[in-house]
Amino acid sequence: MSEEVLQQASPGLIPGSGTARAAKPTRLSPSFVSWLQAGPMMLVFLAFFLIPLVFVVIVSFWDYNEYQLLPAFSGRGYTDTFEGCIAQLPDLCTIGRTYVMTLKLCFLVWAITLFIGFWVAYFLAFHVKSKTWQMGLSLLCTIPFWTSNVIRMIAWIPLLGRNGLVNSGLVKTGLINHPLEWLLFSEFSVVLALVHLFTFFMVVPIFNSMIRIDKSLIEAAYDAGATGFQTLVNVIIPLAKPGIVIGSIFVITIVMGDFITIGVMGGQQIAAAGKIIETRVNALQFPAAAANAVILLAITFLIITMMSRIVDIKKEL
Amino acid sequence: MKEGRPRSFYVLAIFFAAYVLFLYGPMIAIYVLSFQGPQGGLTFPMNGVSTFWIAKLFQGTGIVDLGAAFRRSLLLGVIVMIVTVVLSVAAGMAFRRKFRAQSILFYSAIASLIVPSIITSLGISLEFRIIDDLIKAHWNENFETSMGLLTSGLGAHLTWTLPFGLLIMFAIFNRFDPRLEEAARDLGATPWQTFRHVVLPIILPSVIGIGLFGFTLSWDELARSSQAIGAVNTLPLDLQGLTTTVTNPDIYALGTVISAVSFTVITLALGTIHMLNKRQAAKGSDAGKGLV
Repeated sequence: MSEEVLQQASPGLIPGSGTARAAKPTRLSPSFVSWLQAGPMMLVFLAFFLIPLVFVVIVSFWDYNEYQLLPAFSGRGYTDTFEGCIAQLPDLCTIGRTYVMTLKLCFLVWAITLFIGFWVAYFLAFHVKSKTWQMGLSLLCTIPFWTSNVIRMIAWIPLLGRNGLVNSGLVKTGLINHPLEWLLFSEFSVVLALVHLFTFFMVVPIFNSMIRIDKSLIEAAYDAGATGFQTLVNVIIPLAKPGIVIGSIFVITIVMGDFITIGVMGGQQIAAAGKIIETRVNALQFPAAAANAVILLAITFLIITMMSRIVDIKKEL
Repeated sequence: MKEGRPRSFYVLAIFFAAYVLFLYGPMIAIYVLSFQGPQGGLTFPMNGVSTFWIAKLFQGTGIVDLGAAFRRSLLLGVIVMIVTVVLSVAAGMAFRRKFRAQSILFYSAIASLIVPSIITSLGISLEFRIIDDLIKAHWNENFETSMGLLTSGLGAHLTWTLPFGLLIMFAIFNRFDPRLEEAARDLGATPWQTFRHVVLPIILPSVIGIGLFGFTLSWDELARSSQAIGAVNTLPLDLQGLTTTVTNPDIYALGTVISAVSFTVITLALGTIHMLNKRQAAKGSDAGKGLV
C-alpha cells in the first residue's frame, strides 16, 4: 500500500517497476537511459583499450620479417624473446636479466614511495587539524602531478650533473675530489626520479583511508594504555591497509611498464621491461613487441591479483 | 584541541616540508635557469639574466617548430578536456542506479588506469595499422593512414583521462544528498530540469576539477602518445626527443613555457572552483536563517 503511494508521488523511486513506466508513457525506460549515459564511455574503452589489447595478444602470435607484419600463426615473437634462455643456464638470458632489473627498480621505488607516502599522508590526516590547511597542503602535493613529467625529470640535470649543484657543492666542501659520476644517468637517478614523480600515487589512497578512520578509535587505544607505536601498528596501519594496497598497485604497475623515466634518467642505457617493447617497436618487430607486452601484462596481472587478495578494491572507492 | 602539539608533529612537519622542497626544488631550478644569459650553460651559476632563450624559442629559430607543436597539443588538450567532462558526468550519473554491464565498465576503467601505458599505446597502433591494411586491401590502394592526432591520439589520451574523471564522479556522488533530487522531483521537475537546475550546480566545482585533470593529463601525456599519435609530435614528445641532445638552456626554456601553460590552467580552474564554492556557501541554502 505504502509503496503505491510512494510511486504516485514519485515514480521511478522504486527501480524497475512497470507501473512507473505505465503511468508516464513518454518517459524513457531507466535501463535505456543508463545505456545512453554510460554507453559513450564504454565505447571509448572498447575501441581504444579492450580491442587494442585483443590485437596485442593476436599479433603476438603473428610472424614478421624486416619490414612488415605477416598475419600467419607463429611463435617467433616469443621464441625470439626467450632466445638463449635454456642454452645459457645457469646464467640469466637477456630477458631474464631485464626482468630482474625491472623488479629491482620496482621494489626500491615501492619501498621508498610507501615510506614517504605513508608519513606524508599521516601528517596530513592526523596532524593537520584545520580543514583549510588540509586542503591547501593536499593541493600543494597535487599541483606537480598536473605538470609535465619530462620537465620534472629534466629538472634533475642542473642538480645532479657532472658540474651540477650537488657535485660542485661536495667538491667545494672538500668531501670529494672528483665529481661523482653515478648521480645522473644511473640506477640512482632513475629511482630518484621515479620516487619524485610517483609518490603522489601513494599519498592519495593512503590519505583517503586514513581520513576515514574514526578518531575515537585512536582515543580509545590511548585510553586503554597503548603507546603511540602500538596505536600505529595495531590500529592505524590495519585500517589504512586498503589505501596502502591501492597505492602499491599504482606504483608497481607504473614502474613495471615505465620506459620514459628509465630511458631519460638512465641515459638510455638501462634495460627494462617497458623499454624492450619500445625498442622492438622502433625496429618494426611488432609481433616481438606484442609478445613482450603480453609477458609484461601477465606479470603485472599476477602482481595485482596477489595484492587484491588482501583487499576488495571495489569496496574502497 | 589546545593541548599543545606533540613532538611527533614537529618531526613530521619537517618531513613534510622536506618532501615539498623535494617536489618543487628541482622544478624551480629549471625555471630560473631558463632565464640564463646568452652565454649561460646548463647548470648554475647563472651567467647573467636574460630572456634570450625564451625569445629564441618563439622566433622559431630554436630547436623545434614550437608554434605547430604548441597548437596541436593545445587543440588535443581542449578536445580531450571537453570529451572527458561530458563522458565522465554522463557515466557518473549512470552509476547511481544499477544497470547491466556496470561492473564491466568499472573494471575497464580501472584496468585502463593500471595496464602499463606502453601496452595500450602499442595496442592502439596495431589496431590502426590493421585498419589501414584492410582499407588498402579492399577499398583504396592509395590510402595513407587513419592514425592521427584526433583519431588514435585522441583515443589514447582518453584511456588515460576517463578513469580519473569517473573516479572523481564516484567521489562526488558518495557525498551527494539524493534528497535534493527527490525534492526537485516532488516539485514537478522533469529529470532534465532536475539535472540542469539542481544536480549540475551542486557538482559544478568538481566537474571543473575533472576538466582540469582532462586538460593537464593530456597536455603532458607522453607514454600513451608515444606509439599512437601518428606522424606528428605533441609538445611533450618534442621535449623528450631533445633530452638526448641537450647542450643549451633552450630545453629549459621550452620546459618553462610548457609549465607556464599548465600553471595558467591550474590557476584558472582552482580560482573558478574557489569562486563557485564561495557562491554556494553564500547563496546555496537559506536553511536556518529565519523566514524574514
